[in-house]
Amino acid sequence: MGVALTRAAQWTMGKLEVSPLNEALLNDIVNFVEQFNSRHPQEAKLVFTEPLQWTTALQASDFTSEYELSGSSVHSQDTDKDGCPLLQLIPPDISVRSFSHLCKVVQLANDSKLKEVWACLEANREPVVKMLGPNFTTAEVSDSSPEAEFKVKLLLILQQLDTQLLNSSITQLSQKVRLSPAAVKRDVELLKSVCGAGEKRLLKSVRYTSDYEFSNGCRSPPWRQAHGEIAYLIIEPCDTEPLFITCSTAGVYLNSGIKQEGEENAYERKSDVYKDLVTLLKSKSLHFTENINEQDFVIHEEPPTTLKIPHVEAVDVEERGQTLRSYEHQEKNVHEKARQQLALNKSGVAKKLEPSLKWNLALQNNHKPAAMVSPGGGTAAEEFSESSSESEEDEEQSERRGESHTDLPSEYWQIQKLVKYLKGGNQTATVIALCCMRDFNLAQETCQLAIRDVGGLEVLINLLDTDEVKCKIGSLKIMKEISRSSQIRRAIANLGGLQTMVSILDSPDKELKCLAAETIANVAKFRRARRTVRQYGGIKRLVELLDCVPDSAMLSTEQEKDVEVACCGALALWSCSKSTRNKEAIRKAGGIPLLARLLKSPQKNMLIPVVGTLQECASERSYRIAIQTEGMIEDLVKNLNCDNQELQMHCASAIFKCAEDKRTRDLVRQYEGLQPLVVLLNEADNKQLLAAVTGAIWKCSMSMENVVKFEEFKALERLVSLLTDQPEEVLVNVVGALGECAQRPANRATIRKSGGIPPLVSLLTGTNQALLVNVTRAVGACATESENMMIIDRLDGVRLLWSLLKNPNPDVQASAAWAICPCIENAKDAGEMVRSFVGGLELIVNLLKSPNKEVLASVCAAIAKIAKDEENLAVITDHGVVPMLSNLTNTADDKLHRYLAEAVARCCMWGSNRVAFGEAGAVAPLVRYLRSKDPSVHQATAQALFQLSKDPSNCIAMHENGVVKLLLGMMGSTDEVLQEAAAGCVANIRRLALANEKAKYG
Amino acid sequence: MTEMSAMSRKIIQNLAETLSKQVKHFNKTEAECLIRLFNGLLGEQTDRRVGLGLDRSKFRNILHNTFGMTDDMIMDRVFRAFDKDNDSYISVKEWVEGLAIFLRGTMDEKIKYCFDVYDLNGDGYISREEMFHMLKNSLIRQPTEEDPDEGIKDLVEITLKKMDYDHDSRLSCADFEKAVRDENLLLEAFGTCLPDAKSILAFEQHAFQEPQER
Repeated sequence: MGVALTRAAQWTMGKLEVSPLNEALLNDIVNFVEQFNSRHPQEAKLVFTEPLQWTTALQASDFTSEYELSGSSVHSQDTDKDGCPLLQLIPPDISVRSFSHLCKVVQLANDSKLKEVWACLEANREPVVKMLGPNFTTAEVSDSSPEAEFKVKLLLILQQLDTQLLNSSITQLSQKVRLSPAAVKRDVELLKSVCGAGEKRLLKSVRYTSDYEFSNGCRSPPWRQAHGEIAYLIIEPCDTEPLFITCSTAGVYLNSGIKQEGEENAYERKSDVYKDLVTLLKSKSLHFTENINEQDFVIHEEPPTTLKIPHVEAVDVEERGQTLRSYEHQEKNVHEKARQQLALNKSGVAKKLEPSLKWNLALQNNHKPAAMVSPGGGTAAEEFSESSSESEEDEEQSERRGESHTDLPSEYWQIQKLVKYLKGGNQTATVIALCCMRDFNLAQETCQLAIRDVGGLEVLINLLDTDEVKCKIGSLKIMKEISRSSQIRRAIANLGGLQTMVSILDSPDKELKCLAAETIANVAKFRRARRTVRQYGGIKRLVELLDCVPDSAMLSTEQEKDVEVACCGALALWSCSKSTRNKEAIRKAGGIPLLARLLKSPQKNMLIPVVGTLQECASERSYRIAIQTEGMIEDLVKNLNCDNQELQMHCASAIFKCAEDKRTRDLVRQYEGLQPLVVLLNEADNKQLLAAVTGAIWKCSMSMENVVKFEEFKALERLVSLLTDQPEEVLVNVVGALGECAQRPANRATIRKSGGIPPLVSLLTGTNQALLVNVTRAVGACATESENMMIIDRLDGVRLLWSLLKNPNPDVQASAAWAICPCIENAKDAGEMVRSFVGGLELIVNLLKSPNKEVLASVCAAIAKIAKDEENLAVITDHGVVPMLSNLTNTADDKLHRYLAEAVARCCMWGSNRVAFGEAGAVAPLVRYLRSKDPSVHQATAQALFQLSKDPSNCIAMHENGVVKLLLGMMGSTDEVLQEAAAGCVANIRRLALANEKAKYG
Repeated sequence: MTEMSAMSRKIIQNLAETLSKQVKHFNKTEAECLIRLFNGLLGEQTDRRVGLGLDRSKFRNILHNTFGMTDDMIMDRVFRAFDKDNDSYISVKEWVEGLAIFLRGTMDEKIKYCFDVYDLNGDGYISREEMFHMLKNSLIRQPTEEDPDEGIKDLVEITLKKMDYDHDSRLSCADFEKAVRDENLLLEAFGTCLPDAKSILAFEQHAFQEPQER
């Protein structure tokens, strides 16, 4: 409080200034004093060493009955040890000797609180000293009397307040005093507007020492920015010497004359710190002070103009001897100029030669208009609607830069020289330079970036627009190589290279077509590039390239070239086909029959891109149908037997994607594709291949005929051996395949015998959702056999399954619940086991709130199993299973109906559950289930109704809903269980009716 | 008059037959067309010594207008390459032989032809000086540079470095062949001396198809 008051508060002539800062401080103090009594009741009673005295506006009438009034004066009842009252008012003076009274005074003062505190503080410049005595702070009090203890406490409280006040005032102060780059800029703009030549000018000139502005708005070099310095100015006033001014966050001051950057010793401060430029100028220039006041109004009216950063616009159009490519030269120059300029700035500021982001930006801006008027008319909506399945294989890689001059490799300079010849050479020199450039190791990043950084890419792309076939070929040969780098790919796309390459696809020169397609194949590795290719009609042209005769035995030279062109086209399509819209475009351009024809080609280098494209596109339904109907399965199967692993992988992957369809699965079997797939399982080293092959096996095993074949080829043993030490992509498929195979009883034993159950159970602890879905399915399938179940139980697999019910993914939840059903059914002491899972029953009952129908059906099925155990049924009844099941009865889903009815039937067995179901309105919907077409629903429902009919009111409800007629029909069913349940239910209804009649008439 | 043309037709057909046997790449009809074209060009020539064949300026006109060549020195060299007997005129045989390489030459023939064109003094090597001579106009002179030829000299050096496999500071025919086999683009490394695909197509259409329609 003391420090805050003396330092932070603004005093003038012994009085507190009326300022927002002071007001804020005082408000804090008022709050503090007001709450003092309630917060620190004991300290409040402490008697001050000296009273605080001030002139008050309070009257005796303001005081309450706690005080003794005598005429106009007031004094408190309690006194100090000398008998002086702790509060005494003899208007207009008041003296107070404890916080408790201070507090009361403030409370009494109501609206004039602030005034009272104000007056008090003005009158008592050192309140703490008065309260605790002048020497207290120096801790000479050694006695341990309670009074001293309270004093210490009070002191601490006051010091706390002090820090608090200081903190809040500092934030306020700093808001005001600290200059920001924006504020400096605004001031400078303002001052610049008052410079000039006329009579009325205030200043001769205002300028920065540096034109370069950093992104944070500062103009001082970075190492000075660390000192808070923002910019240096040279201001020439009309009446004095030029002023060299430093603007820093702390304020502005004169320096020792920074005329240019880099003068190290000139930074020191030579004047006081002023809060802004105008104040500084006012103190330095009389002329300015005199005139500023006249113009003040005008200046402040002016809206702050934003500073325009001088952009690199200057293009010097040098007349060149050549008319042929004069346009290009200009184009080249633009970039070069920009780059040089920037390099200049940079070298001046940070001593780095790096065409930085800014220049990339400039480039992008240059090319933006071109992108805007794309013929495809790409709207914003389209931009974001690209397929989500495509992986962004190379999104922005962080640019590694920042080499300094000396670190640049010699290649950099050599490449720079060659690019110079490219720019300034005729066709002959250009070709030589291109050939020489190819001699560099273009796969090396240094060379790639060197070409880009010296502006080589622009030239290479511009060369594509010329008529010189040789130049185009040479340029493409280089771009084909360097476009393996993702940064170069982006740069090429940004410079509009794809458009030109797409148009080259129309060229009659086959070599040129090949190179353009290959380069497109490399560049189109990211989404935006693929979109550009499509929007400029590239897909259609690429599909046209595929048109050749690949399979005739004797090829002429021309035909051979055609095949090569087709091969390159397929490569480019492969890259492009990673976007959903491009898949569509390929199909529309008639690509599928062409791909089907090329698939018969005997050449591997042709087959790989073709199959690659096909497997990529097989994610689309239209392609899967086409692959089946155009007879491509046969070729895919045939190529499974080839000796190229990449090709095998793509074939397997295509089968994987297509084999969701039963007809396709059958075709794979008919063309004898299953055996090669099983053989490929031995290629355990190539994980990608393994993933594709196991995927194909998984999908194929969805047909039982295929499973029989797999048994024959001993696939299961191989699959089980792949359960350990494999990447997740492989595991998902292996486990999926095992889950499908285990649907056949014989295979369950095989899996057990080859030791597959322990690894499967251990996979239940994984986190991969797709894997978990498959593992739970496989474990569930295995659990249908009691011998397997023993192993699962021993490994605590049911507990693991149960804990998967907590998984957030509904697919995993459902799959786990399905797997739990056979486990409960086949486990020994299932009831005891289930009860041993703490909170397990509550968990599963709560899943009945899930919005996912598959989860609901599976949980109902599991509940039907759980409810077989009476004790567990009692527990789940307590958890409210009856109303929850009843709530679900109106959900429309046949699968759910069946398991829901089963669960209801089981849950009826406990206590008054039958009645509860009836009261919850579950009966009427259940009756409707009997109209379902699915016989398994009938069976389950009839059983549920039979159980419910044991309660008379349910019988009435059933009867009202016309159950009798439906059940009578079902009594004639061949299904005995259904028969019995239906008959039992009807019997119950009949019995009730008889009893009723008896009661009435008997 | 008809008698004359009938007779000359006979002569032309005979000549065409012989030439098509001597020169690869052309069949008899094509050879006949080329001879007719040659005779037509010859007729336009004002020079009295018609019998000897096409003279240098006429031939250069053809190179420039029909095949789009621009470099004077290279055109001269092409003339020398066509004019096998060095009599400063291109005879009908030289014409057909030359065009065979021009239009349909194999890679080997073209390499040989180009090397001959570039070997200015005919000593079997392309020397530094010859390269410099051929490349001297290939770069735009930067007025700011101290030595305007510096760029050319450097270009010659890098070319030599690339193509001179036996490191004797000059290109032999073997060097040249090896370099071109390695990188086809280097076939016309020192200046355009072969027509491009477009003018070949245009010429063949003009020369071979129109007469047949007649």
